[in-house]
Parts: sequence; structure tokens; C-alpha cells
Amino acid sequence: MATQHSRSAARLMMAPAVILLLGWMLVPLTMTLWFSFRRYLPLRGGDLGWAGFDNFTRFVTSSAFWPSVQTTLVIVGGVLVITIVLGVLLALLLDQPMWGQGIVRILVIAPFFVMPTVSALVWKNMFMDPTNGLLAHLWRFFGADPIAWLSEVPTTSIVMIVSWQWLPFATLILLTAVQSLDREQLEAAEMDGASPLSRFTYIILPHLGRAITIVLLIQTIFLLSIFAEIFVTTGGAFGTRTLTYLIFQRVLESQNVGLGSAGGVYAIILANIVAIFLMRIVGKNLDR
Amino acid sequence: MARAVSTRRKTIATAAAWGIGLLVFFPILWTILTSFKTEAQAIADPPIFLGFDWTLENYRVVQERSDYMRFLWNSVILAGGSTILGVIIAVPAAWSMAFVPSKRTKDILLWMLSTKMLPAVGVLYPIYLICIRFGLLDSRAALVAILMLINLPIIVWMLYTYFREIPGEILEAARMDGAGLKEEILYVLTPMAVPGIASTLLLNFILAWNEAFWTLNLTAANAAPLTAFIASYSSPEGLFYAKLSAASTMAIAPILILGWFSQKQLVRGLTFGAVK
Amino acid sequence: MGQITLEQVTKSFGDVQVIPPLDLTIEDGEFCVFVGPSGCGKSTLLRLIAGLEDISSGAIRIDGTDASSTPPARRGLAMVFQSYALYPHMSVRRNIAFPMKMAGVPKAEQDKRIEAAAKALNLTDYLDRRPGQLSGGQRQRVAIGRAIVREPAAFLFDEPLSNLDAALRVGMRMEIGELHAKLKTTMIYVTHDQVEAMTMADKIVVLRAGNIEQVGSPLELYRSPRNLFVAGFIGSPKMNLLEGEVAAAQNAHTIGIRPEHIDVVDSGPWSGTVGVAEHLGSDTFLHVHDTGLAETVTVRATGEVGLRHGDRVSLAPREDLIHRFDAQGLRID
Repeated sequence: MATQHSRSAARLMMAPAVILLLGWMLVPLTMTLWFSFRRYLPLRGGDLGWAGFDNFTRFVTSSAFWPSVQTTLVIVGGVLVITIVLGVLLALLLDQPMWGQGIVRILVIAPFFVMPTVSALVWKNMFMDPTNGLLAHLWRFFGADPIAWLSEVPTTSIVMIVSWQWLPFATLILLTAVQSLDREQLEAAEMDGASPLSRFTYIILPHLGRAITIVLLIQTIFLLSIFAEIFVTTGGAFGTRTLTYLIFQRVLESQNVGLGSAGGVYAIILANIVAIFLMRIVGKNLDR
Repeated sequence: MARAVSTRRKTIATAAAWGIGLLVFFPILWTILTSFKTEAQAIADPPIFLGFDWTLENYRVVQERSDYMRFLWNSVILAGGSTILGVIIAVPAAWSMAFVPSKRTKDILLWMLSTKMLPAVGVLYPIYLICIRFGLLDSRAALVAILMLINLPIIVWMLYTYFREIPGEILEAARMDGAGLKEEILYVLTPMAVPGIASTLLLNFILAWNEAFWTLNLTAANAAPLTAFIASYSSPEGLFYAKLSAASTMAIAPILILGWFSQKQLVRGLTFGAVK
Repeated sequence: MGQITLEQVTKSFGDVQVIPPLDLTIEDGEFCVFVGPSGCGKSTLLRLIAGLEDISSGAIRIDGTDASSTPPARRGLAMVFQSYALYPHMSVRRNIAFPMKMAGVPKAEQDKRIEAAAKALNLTDYLDRRPGQLSGGQRQRVAIGRAIVREPAAFLFDEPLSNLDAALRVGMRMEIGELHAKLKTTMIYVTHDQVEAMTMADKIVVLRAGNIEQVGSPLELYRSPRNLFVAGFIGSPKMNLLEGEVAAAQNAHTIGIRPEHIDVVDSGPWSGTVGVAEHLGSDTFLHVHDTGLAETVTVRATGEVGLRHGDRVSLAPREDLIHRFDAQGLRID
């Protein structure tokens, strides 16, 4: 609802943001697409011409591809399960009446604000180091042999680190959702004779459904592209190479831009599949 | 009506929540404590919790040895510059979409959101190449622009959801009262939107400060912010726990403090208004 | 001066025409009420006059000058919104001063007008508070104060009382009426409440789906509604509308008789069983069933009437106050 005058002013004011984002999206995307069809080796002769779909087939048939897909799935899936299950429980706990709720909330949220390189480095050295790490001390205290976390169980270790970083996010969003639940609904269920467990199953969990979906989708998008945590801890060794890391290595470390770009196109497609679901939820929300 | 809760139940909830809260916070606490130890005490077995000789030595060494101030300054410039630039570009756009919505507004918003989902690694080389071509590799200008662009969708979205909560009738009242577009934005919209704009600035400053893909890949000595500075400690010669802790504490302390202020806005900002 | 003329004004949103060509003149100093059910276009019409929406075709004249493309700020009109639309970050004083600040009124003059408005509206003690600290009625007064100080050609009210509770609404209705008597400025008032329209207006414009159904003084509308819609809309409780034999006997398709024009008598032409009886003290509303005329016939009896659920009653309409309508729903005179 507006007049013609304000509509044209609006279009003008929207232009910078739209044009910048359009450029940010189209220019690199077009270049990636272009490179993915070229044999492009900057350190070994540069652009060596048209490659057809070679890069795409070579990327998926290389021995590193399937392990990297598996690692990606394990890390993303593991972190999602851990953060969402613990997040729901923690949100319900924090919703209870207690003393010092505000402070506990702050303690739980804190890891989200720690920059990824710091949390990776702190966990790697001060907790997971097999000789001086705190976990090694703990193991020895109980008479067990310390684990060399990042070389023996590297993927699990990374899942632990990343879960620690993302648990606050899941908790905070789920807590917000729990708190928006109509108390009278719960009281009505109580009057209807529902036990605490069935109140959780039939009322709280369905109410959290949307928030859980949103956490799931947003985390998936961020987790698909985790980088610093791997870069700092294992550098992609010991089978911790995710799809993102594999593409990074192809492009910047081995400077095979064509191959890496083909991988990039795969990554973009993958992210878009997740994004479509997220956008549908967000879009529905806009109409209200 | 709030119900009376039994003290026993409240005690159990409090104990459980504090236990878990401290457990989750422990790695940060341990890092902060370790930063005040000597290197020997930092790796002592059994670990020393509080009974060590508190020292500021590590902070002094870290600052002297690694030119810490330069990295800090880069972080401030990158995070601050990209956030302010982003807000300047986003305010008019969000204003338009919130108060003069058209049929395409929803599509534009969702499209902006979709650019945020673009995996960075998919466009790594093109950006890298553009930076080399224009001599912008390891330059603060390029990173300010990139960080601004990756966070612009979040900034627009946050501002949009805040602006939408301002009733349109108030702006119409201003128009009836004789205010032009400039007066309307200056005297009515902006003062009302200040809390929203402030939290947008805050959250995006945090996101930019912690960004660790582009800052690691596009910087070397010149423009590297704290993320890269910390990453340099992963090399073997940097393995001194107390100094690592001191450097880490310095890198995360400002953001921890800002973050605690922004926790409410965090939900709105990161879920694109889908959860409030 | 504030004569407002609409000439063949239309408004479309996309393909949907919400206001078909419409002509209307509001005389200087008149209190004109736009009334109609929600979605009838009355608020849109007001916003077109205000300039908050563009008209699609036609012309709006204020005191004879074409204002169709003048921005709202320069039409010299003041508006009171449904939500009051006070600036929450400004004190009451600054809220009231805002239009004068925009118009560049000198500071001393501003203060003088603020004092006068505050005194007239009982706001003197609240000038330094924020809108958030005021009650609904006080906010309403601030919104009116902000409108008054501009000394506009006309006031526009968009359902200003709908957010107040019933008791306050009656009080504010009187205050606005008195304000109009004092200022003698043109006022255009939008409401869906026919009681507000009847009590306040010099002229009522009944709207339905963007069309003007009837224009007239409250009593003209009450006495001779031009069609079935106006007949059903004006008056409370609603006019009884009867079809069939009873109407045919009067050479009409439908006849209408207001509840207050039916008497409870010992032996009358109509009879039925009392359903719900609403005892208001001053009046009693009887909802009578089984009359063979319509599902329910509503009767308004004056004073306390000792009838209750299930009682048989005999009714007599006042023949001279029966309204007759043809098959198109138009009045037959």
C-alpha cells in the first residue's frame, strides 16, 4: 500500500543491495562453472583448453571422493544428532524454574562465540593431546591408556569439537521455541490426564517441530562447509577430509582448478538442495 | 498464573543446569585459567586447577612476539568495516521491503537468503583469482568487501524483521504531519529502529570477527586478522599451552562479552526471523 | 475552509477495482461519517482523500483546488489513526509539536498552541511523558492534539475509537462531538459502528463494496432507507425484514418494520412464542418465534415487560411505519 512516488523511491533504495549481491553471486558462479569445463592448471601451463565433462567424472571417480562424502555425512549427521538431541533436553532443562537461570544460559551459549580456529586449537592441544591433554590426564587418572584422539579417532574428535561449538545454537533456538509454547495448552493437557511423558510426546515435541527443522537445515548448511576446524586440527589427514576440504585442496593446494571447480559445482548443488527446504519454511513464515 | 514450584524440584533443576552449564563452559574457563599459568604449570600432571602462581607473563610474551596488536587491529577493521558498510547498504533496502512491499518483495528476500547458502568453497578460486588480478590478495579492502557481502543477506533480513514490527501507520502519520521522505527516515524511522539496528550491528560484528574461511584463505602477513593469527599456533613451534591460551583468550574475550549482549538477537538473526 | 469534493474517483489494486467511479461532496464544517461493514472501502476512501494512496482516476478537490497528485503533507489535512500512531520515542509535547516542526512554525507559536491543545484535551500534566506511559484514552487525546495544532482544513478519523473499551468510547464520542462544535472544521470520520455514525454525524455516507448506498442525515437514513442494505445496517436492533404473503399484501417484495415499531398488544394481527427476552431495564428486546412471518421477529418494548421464555404474545405493527421494498431491494414510496 503506497503511492507511486514512494514505490519508485523504494526501488532506488533497494538497488545497491540487489546489484551487489547479484554480482557477488553471478560473477564467481559463472567463473566456477566455466573453469569446471576447462583443463585449468595454473602452475602447470595454465588453461589447457576444453575438458567437457572430464572434470566432473574425474572428481567423482577419484579415490578420494567417496571417502570424503562418507566423512562429510558422518560429521554432519553426527553433529546434527548430538546437537539436536542434547539441545532439546537442555532447552527443556533451562526452561525449568531455577536459581541463576540467566547465568546458566550465558555459560551454555558461550562456545558459539568462540572463533572456530580458537576452539579447534584449544581442543586439539589442551584437551585431546595424548600426553599433555586434559582428557589424557583424566584417562590416566582412571588407569586407562590415553587416546591419541586426533589420529586414532579423528572423525569422532572433530564431531565432538564441532558439536561443542553448535550445541549453543541448537539450545538457544529450541529454548526460544519452548518458551513460546502456550502454558495453558500444557495445563489443559494436564487436566486431561496426560502424563509428563505424553505431554512431551504429544504437545512439546510437535510444537518444537518447526524449530527443530530450522535448526536442522541451518546447521546442515553451515556444517557442510566447516573448514577451520579441519584445517587446524588434522589438515585433512587421517580420513577427515570432507567434501569442502577436498575441493579446497584441489583448488589451492594442488592447484587443479578445473577439477576443484567441478567439485565446487557439486557442492553448490548439494547446498541448494538443503537450501530449498529451508527457504520454503522461511518463505511460509513471511506470509504471516 | 505462575504455579508454586516445590523447592525440591527447583533445587534439582538448578543443580542439573549448573552442572551442565559449567561442563559446557569448561573448555573456555580452562583456557582462561591456563593463560595465567607458567608453561610448566600448564602441562603439570595432575593438572592444577586454581592453586598456581598467577602470572601475566604469557600476555606480555604473546604481544611482544607476534605483533598481536596488528592482528587485533585487522580484526577490528574487517569486522567493523564490513558491518558498518553492510548496514549502510542494507538500511534503505530493508526500509523499502518493509514499508513499500510489492509482489516481488518476498522473492527478493528469499533470493538474498539463497546467496548466503552459496558454499564458499564453490567460489573460492574465482574470488582468489579476482583478488590476484586486482592486486587485492592479502588486502583489507577485499576482505571487508567479501565479509560484507557474505553477511549482507543476514543484515537485510534482520533489519527487515525489525522494520516490519514498526507499524506503518506511524510512518503515514509522519507523512500526514508534513514530513518528507528524509524527515520520515531521520526523525521517525531511525530513532524507532535504533535498538534493531544496534543488535544487527552487534551480531554481524560477531559473525565477521569469527569468520574463518575467507580470512584464512585470502590473507598472509598484511591483512590477517585474529583467526589467522590463532591458526598460526597450530604449527609445532607454537605449542606452548600457556601462551596459546593467552592468545586465545585475547581473541575471544571481546566477542564473548559482545555475544552475551546479543544472545536474544542471535536467534532472530540466524533463523532469518523464522524463530523469535 | 475545508470543502472536499470527489469527482468520479476510482481506485484499483492491480486488477481489482475497490472503488468504482464515485462522486461525493463534503461541505465546509460538516461532520461526515463513512460507515459500512469491514471491507466496504471506507478506509481506502479516507486514505485516498488523505493522499496516502494514489487515486486511479478522477479528481479530489480541496476547496476547489485539484489535490489529486498533491503529497499528503501538503494537502493541509490532519489524520487520527486507529492505532493512534503516536511516535513512541517522543514525549507527548514533541509528538504534538512534530507537525508544527515540519511546517516550520516558530518555537514560541508552537509552545502557545501546545499549551492550548493540552489544556483543551486535559493533557497538561502528561506533556513530558512518553506515549507508552499513557492509557488508551490519553493516547487518543494526544493523537487528536497532534491533529488540532496543525489547524488543518479538515480532520480525518480512521476508526479512532475501536481500540477503546465501551465506557471510554462513549466519553470520547462526546468529546469529538464537542470539538467539532467548537472548531467548526470539516471532519471525516470512518467507522463500522452505526451507533457512532448516528450519534455524531451531520451527514452519513453508507458504503458497500466501494459503492455509496445512500447519503443523508442520520434521521433521513433512519426514516427512509433507500434500499434493503441501508435498512438492515442502520438502526439497532436490526429492522425486521419480512417476505412472502405479508409483503405481497402490501404490494411489495419485502417489507421492513423496526423492532421499536411493533407493539405488544392483547390482540393483534401477528402472534408467536417468546424465545430469548433481553431485559435491559429501559427496554426489553423480545425475540419472537413461530409467527409464520420469519424465523424470528424482534420487538423492542419500552420499559420493563413481564414476558419470559415460552410465553405467547400478540403483536401489532404500526402500519404507517412499514417500509416497502421491491424485488431489487429498492425502496417503494
